[in-house]
Amino acid sequence: MAKGITWSIEDADHMTQAEIYGEVLTQIAKKNKKIIAMTADLAGSTKIGRFQKDFPERFFNVGIAETNMMGIASGLAATGLIPVISTFAAFAALRCAEWVRTDLCYQKRNVKIIATHSGTSFGQAGTTHHCTEDFGVMRAMAGITIIAPADAYETAVAMSQAIDMDGPVYIRIGRSFEPPLHKSIDSFDFQIGKAIQLHDGTDLTVIATGRTVNGALEAAEIAAGQGLSVRVLDLHTIKPLDTEAILKAVMETRRIITVEDHNVYCGMGSAVADVIASSGKGCVFKKLGLQDVFSIVGYPDDLLHYYKMDADGIVEAIQQVMKMDFEQDEDWEDEV
Amino acid sequence: MTVAELKKMARQIRRDIIEMTHAAGSGHPGGSLSATDFVTALYFHKLRHHPDDPCWEGRDRVIFSKGHVAPVLYAALARSGYFPCAEYASLRQYGANLQGHPCNCTPGVEVGTGSLGQGLSVIVGMALAAKLDGRDNLFYCVNGDGEMQEGQIWEALMAAGHFKLDRVLTFIDYNGLQIDGEVEKVMGIAPLADKLRAFRWHVAEVDGHDMQSLVDVLDEFPRGDGRPVAIIGHTIKGKGVSFMENQAGWHGKAPNDEEYAKAMAELAGED
Repeated sequence: MAKGITWSIEDADHMTQAEIYGEVLTQIAKKNKKIIAMTADLAGSTKIGRFQKDFPERFFNVGIAETNMMGIASGLAATGLIPVISTFAAFAALRCAEWVRTDLCYQKRNVKIIATHSGTSFGQAGTTHHCTEDFGVMRAMAGITIIAPADAYETAVAMSQAIDMDGPVYIRIGRSFEPPLHKSIDSFDFQIGKAIQLHDGTDLTVIATGRTVNGALEAAEIAAGQGLSVRVLDLHTIKPLDTEAILKAVMETRRIITVEDHNVYCGMGSAVADVIASSGKGCVFKKLGLQDVFSIVGYPDDLLHYYKMDADGIVEAIQQVMKMDFEQDEDWEDEV
Repeated sequence: MTVAELKKMARQIRRDIIEMTHAAGSGHPGGSLSATDFVTALYFHKLRHHPDDPCWEGRDRVIFSKGHVAPVLYAALARSGYFPCAEYASLRQYGANLQGHPCNCTPGVEVGTGSLGQGLSVIVGMALAAKLDGRDNLFYCVNGDGEMQEGQIWEALMAAGHFKLDRVLTFIDYNGLQIDGEVEKVMGIAPLADKLRAFRWHVAEVDGHDMQSLVDVLDEFPRGDGRPVAIIGHTIKGKGVSFMENQAGWHGKAPNDEEYAKAMAELAGED
């Protein structure tokens, strides 16, 4: 464990992302008295209630009033405290968009937002409780950091690193249990703003984020059985973007597929597209996610499958993209 | 300052408001003029602050939730010594600190505001933090009457009452007018005092231009009874400039040269 870390986790293989951030936050708060936890009547659902158990005096439930919560958090942060607020992504990012902009980002407040039940992970609750627009909304906010951890381990580290940095951070997690991507808390190098290469490859790169990363890795293994060499990047930080890793993928594989539990407009794929377009290099490109539609209802895994964001859908996309041709420019060999 | 001196200062601040909105060619004189007497009483009678050390920890906090009345805020700050009055000329100009709505890049401005309904929640957060730390700062907010139509205001009022934040005071500038006309015709807020009391606030209704009354009610704060305080200040939009008084049209319009001269003539003298 890295120097200065004041928390440890056990049994993370069986914990949800929400359970683990609640646990890590509570442990960090034993040393860091500046941490305040807040929610809008979702202490239990978002698991921030774990904090309340140990620190009732530093926990504020503002009732069902999310925008008021953002304002109060801004005021708390103005005095040097570090509010960590948790509610569903649909409310944090959509209902509170202007408050995140004006009260938090514009005023440079040190507030951490844990947006749970993101993407289609709230499956059966239905479309109003899904959130497939938050990357787009948050990317447009100057000065915010956006993280979408892939599993409980990444969530633990993201929570810890978010507290260590100054400024507003939006951490996007799912509702329920995600199969662990990593073997242990020490088995990966997580740094905000740096993609993790999970699988090397030369034919194509799949860039995934959040709960689509596991499927991307599985797809790469299936593709390997078909003789294809697929690189997988876990792009856990959407902002600031790891342009270096994306450019490397452009140069070395010339084919990129992005996968996100989000609308393909204005999401992670669009951010990657910006980098590809700015590079001036030819690259076959495909975005997987919700194709500018509102989500249907269903079990979370079934929705991943329906929107081709699971291993099957990604393998299908890999096969399509490998068939697509592009013009090689004159300096092709030099560049590669 | 004595009440007589406060009245004199209020008159000066009214001149400053006319001066800077005229120079800028745009801005919000109407609501600035209606809030002037309270703002003067607050800054020059009550507020604990060190203008030469704007970030002093022990300072009281003020948020202008009705951020469009930036001219009265800037005049109070300049006359307090946060920055020279010469900066008035930069109001709304290219790259200036003195934006049309307050930005916390300006010394003395705690929070950038302008989107109505948001400021009260922020002052609630600041007061909550002080309560947690056992600090004795006081927390002031300036709200508009039209602003009471924003849903978030009622969330913040509910929270302040619930958390028993008796070191919070808001001044509601009840001039009865908003951009589209009379508040009661656009979307009625009456009976405001009853509503505030129902939200567990202590309410003081005063003539918002009577300096003695404003001083008296500020002197009674904080009351230490677990209830935040709302001053409903019955005011006149455009107060002090005859042709601006009670005219919704002067909500967000600057005086031209002729109007400027007339307004300054009316505001000349000491009180």
